[in-house]
Amino acid sequence: MKKADWILIGSILFVAGVLAAFLYFVPKNGSAVTVEINGKTVDRLPLSEDTTKAYADENGGTNLLVIENGKARITEANCPDKICVHHRAISRSGESIICLPHKLVVTVINEKETDGVDARAG
Amino acid sequence: MKQSKAKTAALYGLLIALSFTLSYLEHLLPLPVGIPGVKLGLANLVVVTALYLLGAKKAFPVAVVRILLAGLAFGNAFSLLYSLAGGMLSFFVMLLCRRTKLSPVGVSVAGGVSHNVGQIAVAAAVMRTARIVYYLPVLLGAGLGTGLLIGLIAAPVIRRLKKGNINLHIL
Repeated sequence: MKKADWILIGSILFVAGVLAAFLYFVPKNGSAVTVEINGKTVDRLPLSEDTTKAYADENGGTNLLVIENGKARITEANCPDKICVHHRAISRSGESIICLPHKLVVTVINEKETDGVDARAG
Repeated sequence: MKQSKAKTAALYGLLIALSFTLSYLEHLLPLPVGIPGVKLGLANLVVVTALYLLGAKKAFPVAVVRILLAGLAFGNAFSLLYSLAGGMLSFFVMLLCRRTKLSPVGVSVAGGVSHNVGQIAVAAAVMRTARIVYYLPVLLGAGLGTGLLIGLIAAPVIRRLKKGNINLHIL
């Protein structure tokens, strides 16, 4: 290990830390979730109401979204990896659950500051 | 020293088989962290070592063929795309970093981090969402950790193979 290595490691940690601080700690609790399939927003549900809703993509991929106690999670999916099902429940603005095989993205939004989240993420 | 074709073929076979085996091992024993896309990248050991001992021209086919083989054997079209993007970006970043003051450890760290950045870039393009940047800090940290580990293993391997009378470097 040389000095240059330590500098590289330090800079990566710094960048990751700053990014994490911005992305994870700045956002507050969201008010609703949007559901996108293949880049298109197909649904918008408030987090304040308990709901259960199923979504399907054009290839028959299905995901079951459950909103409970102000948190959203995917409880069932027929994708091979089930990463979305194992993902913890989301409630903070900007958090998302992503199912790569079905191109499905569930994102928590704060309806008053949706533009702010988009600007930061983009 | 001119290398015979048979020797070159044998060398490629050896390195690809070794990295493919490491991919298989990783497929059998995934890291229990529960974050999509986080892998040890054991196969990168072979690529980093080859980069130092054989040069970019010979290390490149090993990296590409390994990714294609592992993708076809253990993944699907999607995971192959992600691995390819990560693997290629990682390879070229390591190639550039090798020319700097970084030791093999730093080069491997840069490779690990850029691998994850490449994957996230493809994921953002495929999903058409920029929200995937929420995974970026996690994947940066993960790439740092795995790259560091691989680098710490690769560095003594490179040093000893160079010192020993294993004439890999003339191949």
